[in-house]
Amino acid sequence: MAENRQHTETVSDIHKKITTAFKLFDYDANNTVDAREISTIVFSLGCFPSQADLHQIIAEVEEGSSGYVHLDTFLPVMTKVLLEHRFPPIPVEHILRAFEVLDKENKGHLEEGELTKYMTEEGEPFTNKEMEEMLAVLLNNKRGLVYYRDAVGLLGFDGVMK
Amino acid sequence: MGCGMGKSRPLQEKCDRAIRAALLIQRWYRQYVARLEIRRRCTWNIFQSIEYAGEQDQIKLYNFFGFLMDHFTPASSERNLISHIFRENEICHETEWEKYFCYKGVEVPDSYNGPHLTFPMSFCGVSKLMEAFRHKQQLHARYVLQILGETWRLLRNLPNINHISVCHTKEITICGDLHGQLEDLLLIFYKNGLPSSEKPYIFNGDFVDRGKNSLEILLILFGFLLVYPNDVHLNRGNHEDHIVNLRYGFTKEVLGKYRFHGKKILKLLQKIFSWLPLAAVIDHKVLVVHGGISNSTNLHIVSRIDRHKYVSVLRPPKMTHQRNSGNGDIDGPMEGRRRVRSLTNHSSAPAHRNNFHRRSLHNLSVGNYLSCSVEDELKKRRRLAGFDQSYGEMKTSDSDSDPEFRERTEIYGREWKQIVDLLWSDPMPQKGCVPNEVRGGGCYWGPDVTEEVLGRHSLQLLIRSHECKQDGYEFCHNRKVLTIFSASNYYEVGSNRGAYIRMGPDLVPRCIQYQASRTSRELTLRQSVGRTERSALQALKEQLFVHKSDLIRAFQEFDPDNMGLISLRHWATATDSVLKLGLPWRVLRPQLVSRTHYGMVNYLQWIKELSITEPKLEVSDTSILETMYKNHSNLETIFRIIDTDHSGLISFEEFHQTWKLLSSHLKMEISDKAITDLAQSMDFNKDGSIDINEFMEAFRLVDLSSHT
Repeated sequence: MAENRQHTETVSDIHKKITTAFKLFDYDANNTVDAREISTIVFSLGCFPSQADLHQIIAEVEEGSSGYVHLDTFLPVMTKVLLEHRFPPIPVEHILRAFEVLDKENKGHLEEGELTKYMTEEGEPFTNKEMEEMLAVLLNNKRGLVYYRDAVGLLGFDGVMK
Repeated sequence: MGCGMGKSRPLQEKCDRAIRAALLIQRWYRQYVARLEIRRRCTWNIFQSIEYAGEQDQIKLYNFFGFLMDHFTPASSERNLISHIFRENEICHETEWEKYFCYKGVEVPDSYNGPHLTFPMSFCGVSKLMEAFRHKQQLHARYVLQILGETWRLLRNLPNINHISVCHTKEITICGDLHGQLEDLLLIFYKNGLPSSEKPYIFNGDFVDRGKNSLEILLILFGFLLVYPNDVHLNRGNHEDHIVNLRYGFTKEVLGKYRFHGKKILKLLQKIFSWLPLAAVIDHKVLVVHGGISNSTNLHIVSRIDRHKYVSVLRPPKMTHQRNSGNGDIDGPMEGRRRVRSLTNHSSAPAHRNNFHRRSLHNLSVGNYLSCSVEDELKKRRRLAGFDQSYGEMKTSDSDSDPEFRERTEIYGREWKQIVDLLWSDPMPQKGCVPNEVRGGGCYWGPDVTEEVLGRHSLQLLIRSHECKQDGYEFCHNRKVLTIFSASNYYEVGSNRGAYIRMGPDLVPRCIQYQASRTSRELTLRQSVGRTERSALQALKEQLFVHKSDLIRAFQEFDPDNMGLISLRHWATATDSVLKLGLPWRVLRPQLVSRTHYGMVNYLQWIKELSITEPKLEVSDTSILETMYKNHSNLETIFRIIDTDHSGLISFEEFHQTWKLLSSHLKMEISDKAITDLAQSMDFNKDGSIDINEFMEAFRLVDLSSHT
């Protein structure tokens, strides 16, 4: 949170933050969440891990193969992650430049097909559903073009949990 | 990142860079989606907790009435104000009711240009009806009464549990809560086809309240029921209950649309609701019921109940002593709580229900009479009974002495519990079965209970509704329980989809989703989350605003030196303790508190900035305003109960009485002068009476900031 940058975040503050985010998904009110919600929780704490990073975290905190994660296991692991600033936010310019790399002809925009190909075939590929949703957000015109400068501005990144 | 893109770069490096770029974009986008999901979840929690708190509130109010009924002498005026809501099966036998509800005396003027119906109801008739409603026409009261009359006659012949078969390659369609949202019903019919003998339907309760076309939905559903009685099945929901309707808008809708015949229509609907079947079973394998089950659910018991005796299920029935009043008492549990004798005064004769007539309250002299009635009586009774907060279940000591009486009470209590559990319960992930404190009625039941109850009845699936789900449907308990909810955009445009189930002889449910309103379909994820969020925050701000005195008091406890500042942590703790909604205040804080000073909140400033306008009323006592805001739903409920002739107007005396009732319920003191001032300022057109709707309008909170 912006105003806290003036103070060093104490461990107790961090614990509170993690616990609050965790409890949002603790439907049974027994300090347990479904392992599939871990990625959302980690993201919500201002981190930008890759899918590989997330798999690692989940492997560390999941109770065997139950599919559940207990707060007692999650808290120390996540605290360390936050104290180390392990997955810092990506600066806007980097995202922009990433788009520019994909925009080989320097057109200032990407075609729907181009973006889809990259997102679903390279890196840590999107599922069809993820791709559909991304296009729904980024394709704001009828010509099937993604004006990525606008997109980056629109979605923001600020790394601050709003 | 950040290298140039010279053409001399080897191909491999270019590929790597592209892959790294893709990775980065994917990471960034997934973070964005997660943030949206968190916001959506918070928003959902807000709406749901406010909704359930409202239900709980209403049940508390109704329990209070029940308490009044049981513990006040028949002569008390407060009791008489509300006693009529407990008198359901007045005097008559059904032939007399038939006469009362008869449509024949109602003339349709030539000027009427709505649809004309002929009976018996035909498919053409229902189609005409749907067309008319689509064009926002209103059906004449004569036809309304006719449809309702026929429906009532039909429902009386139906069992509590309908057994349905889906053999012969007929697929059945099951719909959940509709809550007066006509658009959703029409959308379902459009996508799925109209009900017919080839296309059977089950509608699983909660047809009314909240949305503004509850009556139209009922008329269409009843119309199809009349045309295809073997293929259209209606289950009762917890909102098919006239007490609940008082608070959640259906009563208001009917009275608004039918000024003259509304009262009769509502009365007939009361009967119809009580005659609605409680559940359906498909092929002896799939149970369909509105709320759910509990560990004591027993369908054999349910099938034998006289369901129509439970007109409202909000409170357990109390058996009254059977006296020989000699005029064919209706045996059994009545919502009509006939108070035969008071606790202390043994000499009063049984109240003859025959003699009940609408009392005009205009002649009552208030003031002195009231000052020594409600509060004092309540205090005395509480001391005698030895309890404080809840009005809960109480047994009158004298009636208990008769063992036969006690046994009958027990039986009716058990039956009542079966019904409440079916209509009000919610599933929970933990094992076990506990009372549903959040809603105030029914249970929370766990996966073990599902196993046990389904097993005991040789069933394989439970389909229920009652809870709004983001995707319109949701499985739980190892896919043995399926929730289906058919009112899309329930909390706000874009908040959720609706869904319905199609099921063939294989008994495998397929869920089809939809969302009414073209605009909501075109909204992106971000937009719909944003919109729902704004709406939820507005609702939340209203709650904060109406509790401002309590909030300030709570904040001050963390600010002993009176600096006017408290930490964010304390802000969250204090707010949670006052509102008791169980929301994640730390997460919501950035949306609610825009300015902080080194991590501290200037709470007085913040409260001022909640920017909700107050009504332009001159009152001597400002705390009464806050009470009004906090309790405006309860107030409205009480008003509507008191307004026995459904005129929409109440007199000053009635207004005064209402306040006295409410203040006893809330256990607060309100001075007579404050009430009088308030009454006078509420009489907007200065004619000596208060228009309920105008009064409630004055309390609609408006966010000033939304106008800038």
